[in-house]
Amino acid sequence: MNTTSTRRVIPIQAEPPDALRGTERTRVLEACALLKDRPGALLPILHAVQDAIGFVPSEAVQLIASELNLSRAEVHGVVTFYHYFRTRRGGRHVVHLCRAEACQALGAAALEAHAKKTLGIDFHATSSDGAVTLEPVYCLGNCALGPALMIDTELKGRVSAGRFDELMASLRAKLS
Amino acid sequence: MKAVRIFVPRDAAARSMGADDTARAVLDEAKRRGIEVQLVRNGSRGMLWLEPFVEVESDGKRYGYGPVQASQVSDLFDNGFCEPANAASRAHALAHGLTGEMPYFKRQERLTFARVGIIDPVSIEDYIAHGGYAGLKAALAMQPAQIVESVSASGLRGRGGAAFPAGIKWKTVLGAAGDQKYIVCNADEGDSGTFSDRMLMEGDPLTLVEGMTIAGIATGATRGYIYLRWEYPDAHRALEAAIGAAYAAHYLGDNIQGSGKRFDLEVRLGAGAYICGEETSLLESLEGKRGQVRFKPPLPALAGLFGKPTVINNVITFASVPIILERGAPFYQHFGMGRSRGTLPMQLAGNIKQGGLVEVAFGMTLRELLYDFGGGSLSGRPIRAVQVGGPLGAYMPESQFDTPLDYEAFAAIKAMLGHGGVVVFDDTVDMAAQARYAMEFCAIESCGKCTPCRIGSTRGVEVIDRLISGNNAAAQEVLLRDLCETLTYGSLCALGGLTPFPVLSALNHFPEDFVKTSSARASA
Repeated sequence: MNTTSTRRVIPIQAEPPDALRGTERTRVLEACALLKDRPGALLPILHAVQDAIGFVPSEAVQLIASELNLSRAEVHGVVTFYHYFRTRRGGRHVVHLCRAEACQALGAAALEAHAKKTLGIDFHATSSDGAVTLEPVYCLGNCALGPALMIDTELKGRVSAGRFDELMASLRAKLS
Repeated sequence: MKAVRIFVPRDAAARSMGADDTARAVLDEAKRRGIEVQLVRNGSRGMLWLEPFVEVESDGKRYGYGPVQASQVSDLFDNGFCEPANAASRAHALAHGLTGEMPYFKRQERLTFARVGIIDPVSIEDYIAHGGYAGLKAALAMQPAQIVESVSASGLRGRGGAAFPAGIKWKTVLGAAGDQKYIVCNADEGDSGTFSDRMLMEGDPLTLVEGMTIAGIATGATRGYIYLRWEYPDAHRALEAAIGAAYAAHYLGDNIQGSGKRFDLEVRLGAGAYICGEETSLLESLEGKRGQVRFKPPLPALAGLFGKPTVINNVITFASVPIILERGAPFYQHFGMGRSRGTLPMQLAGNIKQGGLVEVAFGMTLRELLYDFGGGSLSGRPIRAVQVGGPLGAYMPESQFDTPLDYEAFAAIKAMLGHGGVVVFDDTVDMAAQARYAMEFCAIESCGKCTPCRIGSTRGVEVIDRLISGNNAAAQEVLLRDLCETLTYGSLCALGGLTPFPVLSALNHFPEDFVKTSSARASA
């Protein structure tokens, strides 16, 4: 083995994390300033960013990493591990539809099919009018009153196809 | 005339059925009629099929009405709502008489849930008036080792699912050296069919705060975290309010009730990863990392959060501690059977007529729970299968319904009591689809550390698909059983290790559902 060949050295450069601009950048920096001294601060910061912006922009990863003295890989790894964090902007409302067993026992699969059909989208997608993002969720703790779903942070129980349509109509009415 | 006290739950399940509208209608209607009412937003009594379940107090007794939609409130007022003991009011179609006398409620043995649904959950005065902080007061008069001994003697086992004796964990942490120790509450209740943690945190959050404070004093830990799933925003609000109230009243902080003891408590939110209900994943997540399972040893009791000695228990475990300290270990130990002592809050869910929370001593049979409490299926069709203990619990056929609620009795038939969730399915269920879903769920939620779980779960979905399509079914079944064995013995934690429970129980008890096409029947 030739051990004398020159190795190409890649210098570690502190890249200026400026991919994120404007209010989004301000929000991320605010979240970091508020929370970064807490032990295990990354999840609280990601929650704060998603609460403020609606998602965790991929450009924020580098900035958060530099604020917390972590590698980009570490932050990216955490953002992508957890189902709740979204890396794309969602609709004006997020509907989490329960897919778990207790809701299955009362027709969650049929409700899921109905929701996808009437919204014209699959899971993780946003309706064409930008009103609703549909996400699966595995248990909302409303297992005696299934099928259940959550609109933003409001839990709903005994959701029939008809009730689903009413709920979606009221969401859209609120917007216009 | 004294203001009439009316209770409308603030519990998320009640709100999901319109409790906020009902509460507003009660206030509006009372105002319109010039009746003075005091509205209390309590926790849920646990009779969830009756939500929104409204109660009216008269002579210190509470009368229940439910389910009460906002549109029905006016009619209730017309029929003597505010004099609930009168004949006209009692004859109303929505009236259930005295809540405490309703059979569903009366037959329970509520220890951990004694205050849930009774008190105003965010009022520390109400909490103390109903016996709250009596356990902490007793603990402050004891030596740490005595507190741990009480918890051990009570026979309390971890209520999260694994049923490990709580006293042993506490004793290990007490004996461990460390400049900082932690108390961590696992409030990542992700099992489908379970909602007891949620109900407790929303209906009596200070019980959890008190239990964790006692754990801190018992083990020398000064800092606590409640790791709560994001799916429970109502519980989050309730916990934040409870913690704020406890700090203000010096039940948390650097000098608890003048004792010189310190305990600080904080809520941290999860982010939708089922695996973070596994204790070592949860600790990784609290540290701000991916929720990947750790090897054990070292045990969290010795090297847990940030490498420090850590007590990690479930919500119900901590919430059971105050009454043990208040009433003494023998009182709690007196309930139950065999090595399962005390009570377990069971949760009736899925296709069940009377779903809700049933706290009973260990030993009642599953059948009593399903029919005496649950009243059979919601659809009115025969109950064909129940899944007990969440998505990793076995599917049990009717022939096993006489199993008593006891950790060992369930383990003996390769089933699991877990966190006490019971999901009911009627005879329209397709058990092959349920088995497939168990593998699919494992694939979605696997943390990726162990290969059998990460990859085997996806292969499991494929094998089940081939099996039910009748593609060389006999060989596929051999392959599926072999794969399940690999998962069982080749996974670090319960996700990979127990996914074979629902899969194999469905296959063993309901083999007919796996034979669908005529070609499959021919080859079977």
